[in-house]
Amino acid sequence: MNVEIKGGRVVDPAQDLDRVTSVYVADGTIAGLHDPPPHWRAERVIDAHGLVVAPGFVDLAARLREPGFEHKATLASELAAAAAGGVTGLACPPDTDPPLDEPGLVQMLKHRARVINQAHVYPIGALSLGLAGQTLTEMSELAEAGCVAFSHADVPLPDTQMLFRALQYAGTFRHRVWLRPQDSHLARGGVAHDGEVATRLGLPGIPVSAETIALATIFALVRETGVGVHLCRISSASGVDMVRAAKAEGLPLTCDVDVHHLHLCDVDIGWFDPLANLMPPLRGTRDRAALRAGLADGTIDAVCSDHAPVDDDDKQVPFGEAEPGATGLELLLPLTLKWAAEDDVPLPRAIAAIATRPAHILGVAPATLRRGSAADLAIFDPTEPWVVRRDTLRSQGKNTPFLGIEVSGRVRYTLLAGQVVHEL
Amino acid sequence: MTRNPQLDRNGGLRHLITLEGLPAEVITRVLDTAEPFVSVAEREVKKVPLLRGKAVFNLFFENSTRTRTTFEIAAKRLSADVINLNIGASSTAKGETLLDTVDNLCAMNADIFVVRHSQSGAPHLIASHLDATGRSHVHVVNAGDGRHAHPTQGLLDLYTIRHYKRDFGGLVVAVVGDILHSRVARSLIHGLTTMRAAEVRVIAPRTLLPTRVEALGVRVASDMREGLRGCDVVVMLRLQSERMKGALLPSAGEFFKQYGLTQDKLALAKPDAIVMHPGPMNRGVEIDSAVADGARSVILPQVTFGIAVRMAVLSLIASP
Amino acid sequence: MKADPLPDAEAALAALVARMQGKVAPDAAFVGIYSGGAWVAERLVERLGARPLGFIDVAYYRDDYARSGLKPNTRRTSLPFEVDGATIVLVDDVLYTGRSVRAAVNELFDFGRPERVELAVLVDRGGRELPIEATYTGARVAVTRDNTVVLSRDPGGTLSLRVEPVTGVA
Repeated sequence: MNVEIKGGRVVDPAQDLDRVTSVYVADGTIAGLHDPPPHWRAERVIDAHGLVVAPGFVDLAARLREPGFEHKATLASELAAAAAGGVTGLACPPDTDPPLDEPGLVQMLKHRARVINQAHVYPIGALSLGLAGQTLTEMSELAEAGCVAFSHADVPLPDTQMLFRALQYAGTFRHRVWLRPQDSHLARGGVAHDGEVATRLGLPGIPVSAETIALATIFALVRETGVGVHLCRISSASGVDMVRAAKAEGLPLTCDVDVHHLHLCDVDIGWFDPLANLMPPLRGTRDRAALRAGLADGTIDAVCSDHAPVDDDDKQVPFGEAEPGATGLELLLPLTLKWAAEDDVPLPRAIAAIATRPAHILGVAPATLRRGSAADLAIFDPTEPWVVRRDTLRSQGKNTPFLGIEVSGRVRYTLLAGQVVHEL
Repeated sequence: MTRNPQLDRNGGLRHLITLEGLPAEVITRVLDTAEPFVSVAEREVKKVPLLRGKAVFNLFFENSTRTRTTFEIAAKRLSADVINLNIGASSTAKGETLLDTVDNLCAMNADIFVVRHSQSGAPHLIASHLDATGRSHVHVVNAGDGRHAHPTQGLLDLYTIRHYKRDFGGLVVAVVGDILHSRVARSLIHGLTTMRAAEVRVIAPRTLLPTRVEALGVRVASDMREGLRGCDVVVMLRLQSERMKGALLPSAGEFFKQYGLTQDKLALAKPDAIVMHPGPMNRGVEIDSAVADGARSVILPQVTFGIAVRMAVLSLIASP
Repeated sequence: MKADPLPDAEAALAALVARMQGKVAPDAAFVGIYSGGAWVAERLVERLGARPLGFIDVAYYRDDYARSGLKPNTRRTSLPFEVDGATIVLVDDVLYTGRSVRAAVNELFDFGRPERVELAVLVDRGGRELPIEATYTGARVAVTRDNTVVLSRDPGGTLSLRVEPVTGVA
């Protein structure tokens, strides 16, 4: 279908583009920018005046809960949520049931996602069989089946020897390794950031050293093997400082942050609100400030939603028993825009953090509106307010600490390979 | 959940979940109400008809015969009907959620839930759920949630201190032992700081101190002798045997040597200092028998006062 | 109802004493209902001779807890004599609906089984809601429902009565 997107503010950080103009889509690709391609006849015209036209967002962490956790969410519900959030590509972690450690599962997932056709799904494969930290997975087979990287999801990292060998093996074949820096021993039993709030509330804490020790371990192994690592969900000021220094040293690292951590901190747990139970935990105000600064100066490369739909039953329990995580695909845009507005970050930088840079980290097709690229677009009103409510969220998970809050930034149209997969 | 769910619109006590944030006037009202209740224990018929027809459900998700018994006695002395629920054996073992259990019991016309749970925040969850589902006539009393709070213990500790020392103003109170895991300590600290005690000291090895504990308004002393100097009140906390397993402490013996209350350590406190303990005591671990049974110990009166304080809490909470 | 002029408290006390003299058992215990009844009971003991004297706070036995909750400043009930088999005279300042007396009797019976209970009141203002009557009465007065009768005691110990409008719940 020939789609003309007329008069929007077209922002494409990959080309340094930020101007009001038109975009022309044909045959699933960007057929023209500014001027229509020859013999252009639009079959659909989208009036984008007052809206921003950007490459579709790429979310580095969105749990789709299939296979295995269909009571929490399904591919259908979560991919619809992705489309509603302007997310055209997402990486899903391997902690499904069974875990994504077997090519058949990966193929099935990709196939089902293609059929649903609401977003591109990039599975992250398990680093070890069953995520048990013992045996390596057949990374090459998994990569062939469609895995773009390998990780241990939120399961404690395997022991250092196993991790060392996993990096070496992955490095041989240039597979990407993603790791969450959390030392399982220091984090054991903890449900909140180890600080004043946890002390007051009587919650077992996870000290910052759980993150810094894991980072130090990872950096040492990266130095030794030369294999690059993507660090998932940095949460502390000390962590950001360490990543900054490691990057300055020249270590091949990239790093992301959960968009919730840019806005919330441990005080937001309030009276034991289980919706504020996240992993890594929301830390202190100093940590939040450092995360925002780290994102602004490039220490942190990208922002993700860390989307984790959780059943009501698993959240309406005492804080320490609640399953951690928040539904986030539909909040990625408004919360990123909120950070950008508050810290005076130009819109292209904000979009780079949720589209351009994540695509680069994933190693998939660049998120760009260059002629010839896949027509994956998010067209949004950056100032449109909406209230986050159970009935306004498409995700099956209604677990967000922003429930009842008014946010700004609404996706009006999402195009996937030139097809309109979401419109308001 | 941002509003303090404990107080109703008129500042009356609706739930008792934590002493944190409870105004001094409310605490004083509880202590004043408890005083005449002490004498009910001295009567032939140890009962008054105040809560006749009210149903008090003891919802104990964590075992405790002591606390449950004192609440049961308190409720029965007010002529309330008491139902004890041993939750571990029943519903949640079968997978029924905490809130479902609460809903079922409300359907059986519960008026007051006395809740003990191993998770911090459980009574808050229940109270919020009751408020959200329009059951403003059902009240929650926290009988201990995880490490977070044990407000009735805090109140009876305050009552005991007030009974022997009159004013909180000039008092130096030392709390000794496993502060990290102690809801008793947290509640007492909040109560004492609200009532403007001169100084609250916590005495423990670093492994048993919560992170940034000074933010609660206390002074830390790692040396017990230094910490006890000039104290008016010494509160000894119970040390649980599990602490030895988690690499928090090497042994009960070493703990007793460093932090156990003996006659000679007590001598460093003021000559008229009182010794308190929430019970049950581990003799020879946190406290020496000579001190526990000695003249300065007010441990047994604490128990008596505990019943009166709980009667006061139940009457004030059930009050419209 | 027409409002009568309020009697003088000391005069009513004298009248009460006169009515009780010779009639009340010499070994009867007097139990004053706080706080007005307690003052009257003390004065009666002064005038009628030493005998066991107790005080009762009816806060826990009132029938209006569900409506008005616990009143502050509850005092300790103290009955320093054997209630079983005793002759007790309950003493109150103003007899009105009869509910306080009902509460006091219930409370007394939780302490034991008296042989006999009588009631002495300084002032009876009528308006009974329960079948209760005083054995000995100092004075009678009619007061409208929107007013309450209050007994006070000055620092010298002199008793006085006044009428006040009812504020909120009685």
